[in-house]
Amino acid sequence: MAVAKLVLAATSGKSSKILLGLRVLAFLATLSAAIVMGLNKETKTFVVGNVGNTPIKATFTAKFQHTPAFVYFVVANAMVSFHNLLMIALQLFGGKTELTGFRLLSIAILDMLNVTLLSAAANAAGFMAEVGKNGNKHARWDKICDRFATYCDHGAGALIAAFAGVVLMLIISAVSISRLVQPNKCSISTTAASTSVVP
Amino acid sequence: MAKLTKRIGALVLRLAAFGAALAALIVMVTSRERASFFAVSLEAKYTDMAAFKYFVIANAVVSVYSFLVLFLPKESLLWKFVVVLDLLMTMLLTSSISAALAVAQVGKKGNANAGWLPICGQVPKFCDQVTGALIAGFVALVLYVLLLLYSLHSVVDPFLLQKS
Repeated sequence: MAVAKLVLAATSGKSSKILLGLRVLAFLATLSAAIVMGLNKETKTFVVGNVGNTPIKATFTAKFQHTPAFVYFVVANAMVSFHNLLMIALQLFGGKTELTGFRLLSIAILDMLNVTLLSAAANAAGFMAEVGKNGNKHARWDKICDRFATYCDHGAGALIAAFAGVVLMLIISAVSISRLVQPNKCSISTTAASTSVVP
Repeated sequence: MAKLTKRIGALVLRLAAFGAALAALIVMVTSRERASFFAVSLEAKYTDMAAFKYFVIANAVVSVYSFLVLFLPKESLLWKFVVVLDLLMTMLLTSSISAALAVAQVGKKGNANAGWLPICGQVPKFCDQVTGALIAGFVALVLYVLLLLYSLHSVVDPFLLQKS
């Protein structure tokens, strides 16, 4: 049966271990990106004017919620890390579940969706951070990184983690797609499988 | 016969995606408006924002790629490569639309916390054209997702329909 071939090839072999390692890395990267950006907040007091001799101070806060792109960034990273967590749990604790053809297809499609989601989030946040860092003199938007340096640094760290997550998710997606191909060359450990590999 | 209709359908999809990406590219490149306020002349072009430049480049890459794949012969072994490249192009499209949308949203609504004023009040035609380009880019993205699913289906046979 063609289905049995795919089932046994997908649950064993070196590609599973590589995939597990990559998923753990991607999970850690996206989770750290979500957490660092989610906790990104800086409050600073500035002197905005002088009344006579006493300076007037005003407190300004830079939060990630102020920018919709960063909110999307946090949500998307949380979703992708949750997806990776589910896949890791499935691989570690779902040892007896058969990975039928449809399940492998849905894993591959979910991986592809998540890689596009994550790349969109990382890029949107990246370009918004670039506007925040350099300003835009054509639109007369002042840069904010000279005043809120810690906020910008934390944001930069989260962005780097997210881009690392994008690269990892892309590799994971490619490996998931390759697992869908008819496994004529996969190494299968059990003897029961070897009889069904030969067409 | 079903295979032929599927192939023609995929070809039509790719042609439509090529058209949409090209349209997005052209509309964004030709968006330009000159306005003057407070005795200062302001010209809004797509090169003002880095995200719009990235949008133009990404859509150019996708257009060229779609055009080239239109002429790929049916029996070529490169179709396996096309699956991965389709995924890369979808990623490129989503990221470019997402970045351009994030910046355009700030241009339209401003960002009160950062002291950034919206610019769409001064250059409404520029804003409309950018919106049009983004819509075309979004259409190209949806078509590319469908194309990706088709490429996946035709190359890796995920439902194991062929008994070999």
